[in-house]
Amino acid sequence: MSNVVIQCVLYLVILVALGIPLGKYMGKVMNGEKVFLSKVLSPVEHGIYKLLHIDKDEDMTWKKYAVCTVVFSVIGFIFLLVMCLGQGILPLNPEKFGGQSWHLAFNTTSSFVTNTNWQAYSAENPSGGLSYFTQMLGLNVQNFVSAATGIAVLFALIRGFLRVKKKGLGNFYTDMTKIVLYILLPICLISAVVLVSQGVPQTFREYEEVDLLEPVTLEDGTVVTKEVIPLGPAASQIAIKQAGTNGGGFWGVNSAHPFENPTPLSNMFEMILLLLIPVGLCFTFGRNIKDMRQGRAIFIAMFLMLVVALGIVAFNEQAGTPKLAQNGAVDIAAGADQAGGNMEGKETRFGIATSSAWAAFTTAASNGSVNSMHDSYTPIGGMIPMLLMMLGEVVFGGTGCGLYGMIGFAILTVFIAGLMVGRTPEYLGKKIEPFEMKMAVLVCLATPIGILIGSGLACLLPATADSLNNPGAHGLSEVLYAYSSAGGNNGSAFAGFNANTPFLNVSIGLVMLFVRFLPMLATLAIAGSLVQKKKVAVSAGTLPTHNAMFIFLLVFIVLLVGALSFFPALALGPIAEFFQMIA
Amino acid sequence: MSDKKKSIFADKNIMIRALKDSFVKLDPRVQIKNPVMFMVYVSAILTLVLFVFALCGIKDAQPGFILAVSVILWLTVLFANFAEAIAEGRGKAQADTLRANRKDVTANKIPSPEKKDKILQVPSGNLVKGDIVYVRAGEQIPGDGEVIEGAASVDESAITGESAPVIRESGGDRSAVTGGTTVVSDWLVIRITSEPGESFLDKMIAMVEGAARKKTPNEIALQILLVALSIIFLLVTVALYSYSLFSAEQMERPNPTSVTALVALLICLAPTTIGALLSAIGIAGMSRLNQANVLAMSGRAIEAAGDVDILLLDKTGTITLGNRQADEFIPVDGNDKRELADAAQLASLADETPEGRSIVVLAKEEYGIRERNIGQMHAQFIPFTAKTRMSGVDYDGNEIRKGAADAIREYVVSRGGTFSSDCEDVVTTISTQGGTPLVVAKNGKVLGVIHLKDIVKHGVKEKFADLRKMGIKTIMITGDNPLTASAIAAEAGVDDFLAEATPEAKLSMIRDYQAHGHLVAMTGDGTNDAPALAQADVAVAMNTGTQAAKEAGNMVDLDSSPTKLIEIVKIGKQLLMTRGALTTFSIANDVAKYFAIIPALFVSLYPGLQALNIMNLHSAQSAIISAIIYNALIIVALIPLALKGVKYREVPASKMLSKNLLVYGLGGILVPFLAIKLIDVIIVALGIL
Repeated sequence: MSNVVIQCVLYLVILVALGIPLGKYMGKVMNGEKVFLSKVLSPVEHGIYKLLHIDKDEDMTWKKYAVCTVVFSVIGFIFLLVMCLGQGILPLNPEKFGGQSWHLAFNTTSSFVTNTNWQAYSAENPSGGLSYFTQMLGLNVQNFVSAATGIAVLFALIRGFLRVKKKGLGNFYTDMTKIVLYILLPICLISAVVLVSQGVPQTFREYEEVDLLEPVTLEDGTVVTKEVIPLGPAASQIAIKQAGTNGGGFWGVNSAHPFENPTPLSNMFEMILLLLIPVGLCFTFGRNIKDMRQGRAIFIAMFLMLVVALGIVAFNEQAGTPKLAQNGAVDIAAGADQAGGNMEGKETRFGIATSSAWAAFTTAASNGSVNSMHDSYTPIGGMIPMLLMMLGEVVFGGTGCGLYGMIGFAILTVFIAGLMVGRTPEYLGKKIEPFEMKMAVLVCLATPIGILIGSGLACLLPATADSLNNPGAHGLSEVLYAYSSAGGNNGSAFAGFNANTPFLNVSIGLVMLFVRFLPMLATLAIAGSLVQKKKVAVSAGTLPTHNAMFIFLLVFIVLLVGALSFFPALALGPIAEFFQMIA
Repeated sequence: MSDKKKSIFADKNIMIRALKDSFVKLDPRVQIKNPVMFMVYVSAILTLVLFVFALCGIKDAQPGFILAVSVILWLTVLFANFAEAIAEGRGKAQADTLRANRKDVTANKIPSPEKKDKILQVPSGNLVKGDIVYVRAGEQIPGDGEVIEGAASVDESAITGESAPVIRESGGDRSAVTGGTTVVSDWLVIRITSEPGESFLDKMIAMVEGAARKKTPNEIALQILLVALSIIFLLVTVALYSYSLFSAEQMERPNPTSVTALVALLICLAPTTIGALLSAIGIAGMSRLNQANVLAMSGRAIEAAGDVDILLLDKTGTITLGNRQADEFIPVDGNDKRELADAAQLASLADETPEGRSIVVLAKEEYGIRERNIGQMHAQFIPFTAKTRMSGVDYDGNEIRKGAADAIREYVVSRGGTFSSDCEDVVTTISTQGGTPLVVAKNGKVLGVIHLKDIVKHGVKEKFADLRKMGIKTIMITGDNPLTASAIAAEAGVDDFLAEATPEAKLSMIRDYQAHGHLVAMTGDGTNDAPALAQADVAVAMNTGTQAAKEAGNMVDLDSSPTKLIEIVKIGKQLLMTRGALTTFSIANDVAKYFAIIPALFVSLYPGLQALNIMNLHSAQSAIISAIIYNALIIVALIPLALKGVKYREVPASKMLSKNLLVYGLGGILVPFLAIKLIDVIIVALGIL
């Protein structure tokens, strides 16, 4: 166990140690302050404005900002959809993949535009697979811009809090340019090089067929002597897939694939990378609203939930299940020679700690890349990742969107707690009135609404049962997991559930779009309303939003909303399975 | 406004009316205004329909069970109605009393103040703005107006509940009269200032009755949250039906959920407690304000009172005991102390101001100088005028004057005398101590100085310290000079002061604080206070004040008490706290309800879920019935709290929060566990299930 603990603590320490300076850097960039890259990138930035005729001094109202966000996403959507459907006639397609079916293309497109990166397809699979062209110019572009859009909206909200009696929330185009140019590209450039150094391919060569070292005889007697090794420009895509909390693997099994994640170092690197920007943004938030304590409070709230989640997953996976132990007939204790615990669905290269940590990290951040198969986790070990997604991806969550989601919850919290101190509620000096409340409710409840409606409908359809990998309570968990993944814009999968059916593709696609854009627009509306308000003075009568009590309350409200929305569902899924297991 | 102390539940009439209203409010047009309770209402109807179906053979569940659920849901709706009705009760009773005062009287309309004999008798309801009426002793004032001639004592008890008559006279700040009050002595000529149906009394009736009650912004925001939660729970229960079907199929067992059970679950989860009590809390807050004899023009003003963090308090009456009193005679230039006291007393004999009287008393107490009859002395009293800024007496060729230092200096110098540095020093010393120096001169020669002292009220310092703990700054407004003001401010423990306050200075001070994000409350009475009142976030106009002041404010204090502001802030905060506490309680309750219903419902599918049945409830049906019974009864149990408001103490926000969280948050989680278990035991013991 101590091995597990040491590893988990190490990951967390490195994560925070890197997140703090990154947060400061991002804050500076977005304020237009000078950073060490300015000398190189500033001319490029202004060149882009000139080339695209962007009026960099334009200060957009929330409506204009929102329209830009939506139109920008719609254009991205159309481009990607066309690529998915028409890749057969497009270049860079050495494996001669045909276009995806309409519903799979819709699902794939919705998934990548919404920063979900749910993969109902498998990129190297001849049916539904994607060409290098689609991966690079379609998916990867969305990997960058969907991550940047989330961050941009967060900064619009920050300005809403900061500015007093103004209208403008900043400029969507310059925000996007800065985020991609100063934040995402440098991080990904370094990351891609690191990954290549660890053995991740970056090539346009076609898949290679090689002889197996040891021929394999299948059950029906056929002997397999050759295997196909998929290749492609992977490193560049994996870098942003992790950094931008996208999570869409270059190949089907994602970071469990030895080429996507070849070494323990690459594993640690990818794992830290997937939470780095969301962690950094908490500190950016504090810095840019000019009250570090506020950012720190939100960080601590998220961090506590992450640590507890990680602890529960790691404990349950290490403990294994009574079935695995076979009444003591099988030794599942950790020892010098074995990881012990529940190793089903986990890479022996990674073991319990790294797999559990990744599972918690990837579902806390709305990343969704996996290095193990969550379907094979113990009931409670698998429930926690599901719950993290059901909470609306606010435990760090996606780049930008996780934090603005959490701010939505902070607004709910100050509303309830604020009344109890005898004042009408306010957050960061801005009064929370009916309009903000309406929008905050949309931010916080879009995820439960999306998941409940989606999974509720799916359960009614007889066809859904055919997609299941397992019967019984675990079957319900599989359905729930799929919709939770979509409803949290996460994208990770309970492997085994066959999601590539017209109904599932379309419904999951719609859920992804709903939970992405509704909270995003609501957040901008909040920002637009707050920016026009005056700032209320702070006194001893003000509810402090940076102390331990508030952190406790915030965590409590997040968990309460999650628990109240999903307790019945979880009771019939993982919890029922858990009791069956120990019975 | 009588029966202040009497509990609302002890009032039989109010109770009977509330019970009746609980049924009247079953009208769907009334119900739809409260979305959460409307959901309960629809559910009650739905279960009733299911019961009828069950009787006809289409069985969703056992008919007895459906009926039980339906009855409890109807009771839940009635309890919510009752909560609102009883909150309205006191206001309605009060409105009835006021309405009795509004009866049409005959008004003596006259064409102009000069032609008092040309009386035209018209019903008061026909009077319009600008009409002039003549009211004599014993007659009721027919409408709101301004006294343009005459002075009279007026009995305003109909509105203020205060039986002592007050003086109303033309000019100045006591010229406003209210329709429905009665002239006790003398006569008044009044210009009517309100149109029929828009009088102060009309507004007051509408306010206390709650007819004009609009939902406040905070109430609307809370309602949005409650509706959103209800929608989520609706989806949760509908989705649960689907999960249940799916799971039953997977396990190849019969589906354990019925529509009735899910409806019951929905109602348990929906925030019905706060939903039912929300409007009662608002009405009760307004009613508490009315009982404090303050009339808010909108519910919004009460909420703003909770937010206020700057109180502008008039020094006189709030911080100090009304008037300054003579404390000491200080002779200067070697004069005799007794001579000074004697001259001071003489100069003050005819001075009817409290200061003047206190000088006479002090001279008598300290030197035994008896009051003399000014008439017998052939003395002539020189009253205070704004021009001379001195008062005094002339007798037997002597001239005694008393007044502010600079006025006396001018006087002495003009008479060829000197204003010594000795005197100057005494004046400064008194000023720095917060006192008011009054210099006495006789025949052009300064005798000495009277030290007039402001007496700071007992306990104000502690009060202000408490307010400071809550983050409320107190600012003293006074016409005194800065030196005097700062001394009193220090003694009273206010945070800041505005000396030599003019209406303009007040206004700009309020604007300045508001620009820095503060919310400001003030009281005012004079016409010149109107701009500041209009600017302040909470503006309390004195009922004795002018019409302009009343119109500019958003509350009227019928008692015209300057300390009322502090009470208003308290009521505002308490209202918001009650709302927050009951919301927290309501949401926290859901945890126990889940633990009651979910395991019981699905134990037939997954026997292992029995482990979650930590209350060990008897059966699925008893669990559901117990939970909804609790859900209904808790509304009734919390009505007194909703009406009275949660306990309020002057402590910082963080302390208040932890205390309320402990009581209503933790309590909200624990109470239902115990209560539901208890109800389950009882209904099982009674053999109902």
